[in-house]
Amino acid sequence: MTEFLLAASVFILLMVAVGLLRVLRGPADIDRMMAAQLLGTGGIAALLLLGTATALPGAVDVALTLALLAAFAAVMFVHSGGSS
Amino acid sequence: MSLALLADAALVLLVLGLAFWINAASRAFPAVVGYVAFGLLLALAWLRLSAGDVAMTEAAVGSGVTGAVLIAASVRLRSAETEAPPPALPLRLLALLLSGLVTAALAGLVLWTTGPAPSLADQAVQHLPGLGMGNAVTGVLIAYRALDTLLEKVVLLLALMGIWSLAKDRYWGGIPGPSRIQPTNGALILLARLLPPIGIVVAVYILWVGATDPGGAFQGGAILAAMWLLVMLAGLRDAPAISRPWVRLCVTVGPAAFIAVGLTGFALPNGFLSYPDSIAKPLIIAVESVLTLSIAVILGLLVAGPPERQP
Amino acid sequence: MLVGNIATVVLVSLGAVFFLAGTVGLLRFPDSMTRLHALTKADNLGLGLVVLGLLPQVDSVLAALKLVAVWVLTQLAGATVTQLVARAVWRGGGS
Repeated sequence: MTEFLLAASVFILLMVAVGLLRVLRGPADIDRMMAAQLLGTGGIAALLLLGTATALPGAVDVALTLALLAAFAAVMFVHSGGSS
Repeated sequence: MSLALLADAALVLLVLGLAFWINAASRAFPAVVGYVAFGLLLALAWLRLSAGDVAMTEAAVGSGVTGAVLIAASVRLRSAETEAPPPALPLRLLALLLSGLVTAALAGLVLWTTGPAPSLADQAVQHLPGLGMGNAVTGVLIAYRALDTLLEKVVLLLALMGIWSLAKDRYWGGIPGPSRIQPTNGALILLARLLPPIGIVVAVYILWVGATDPGGAFQGGAILAAMWLLVMLAGLRDAPAISRPWVRLCVTVGPAAFIAVGLTGFALPNGFLSYPDSIAKPLIIAVESVLTLSIAVILGLLVAGPPERQP
Repeated sequence: MLVGNIATVVLVSLGAVFFLAGTVGLLRFPDSMTRLHALTKADNLGLGLVVLGLLPQVDSVLAALKLVAVWVLTQLAGATVTQLVARAVWRGGGS
């Protein structure tokens, strides 16, 4: 089971990292923001999988912190007028 | 465990690739988005190295709060950004060569040293139970390196003063940020009403488990600051005028409490910033709680920026 | 235990598929609105299925609750961000 969870974690991480190509391409900054959002969610999923697979202390707490702050960057972006 | 090795290799390649790309980005905004992603990957990497505390700080401060500040800054500077011509190729190659050499030298040092590195870790951990601290990182930060930890908070305070000093004379003591925009977005308001209560609970939890597990004052404070900023961004509450007495009190009380406890150490056991054994744990928790409050208010005001309106 | 393991494999795999779909959508779809659509699938279902899949593997109720809390918080964040981004695109910010 450990192997499977690790493999799933690597797979999801690589997937969302490929999504970062959208940051490269744009065209609008809001598309780049979306790629960061996807990486955030994928990172949380990878963290949970990794934490459960290897029983790392604090992995779920780090994920909890990330989940709380997940909307923060995008809210800041829209609020500071980045989308116009 | 070859799969774990594969996972680590993938993570290392991602971190390196992203770092390279951030440096190569031609505009600020894509680089900043890359940096936010970088912080997340770095948190994962720290966790793989069993450094949960660093991972959580990276997630909360590095990727979360700093990322948001950089995004706001790069959006603000977007109109002023000019297409500077990139440096000449020889210069870039030289930079690549030099940084490559430094990396190789560091890697060589780590890989080719024989025998275990000299370490005081055993002695350090030996004394931690006396402080009631199960988490070695918190123990070291608050007991052995107390002066460093204190100075970190003072640095934060100095940074805040630096930002406040950017205010125009007529706005001194005023309210940070441009005038409050009317709340039009229902979704954001809903989030700003739902999330902070949960965030406060999680922040207290993170502070509390900081004694035995990854967590502590800085991480908890960063979460609290983010929640406060969310309420301000949604327009539910305006930022406070920086001349308010409670603002000044919150900002200074953390470092002040730390200094007070430290000075009491002179009178009681054996010197500046040492804790009497019998009440070490309650004392440390009290100091950490007050520090958390100060860190939260300072970080929040740092992001809110210099005063731009009259109170 | 075996049933739990099978459930984990199936659900986590399904979640991973949604992350794959989200990434492909984000890269291949023609405009911001459709890309947003792809993103929300990964946010909701991808993470949701991974969390569901991990539930049989944890040994305490508290740990399970924490996992669910992570998902709920991400939902809240994702829904808000989607609203904000969609509004910004609608006003003509993105293309």
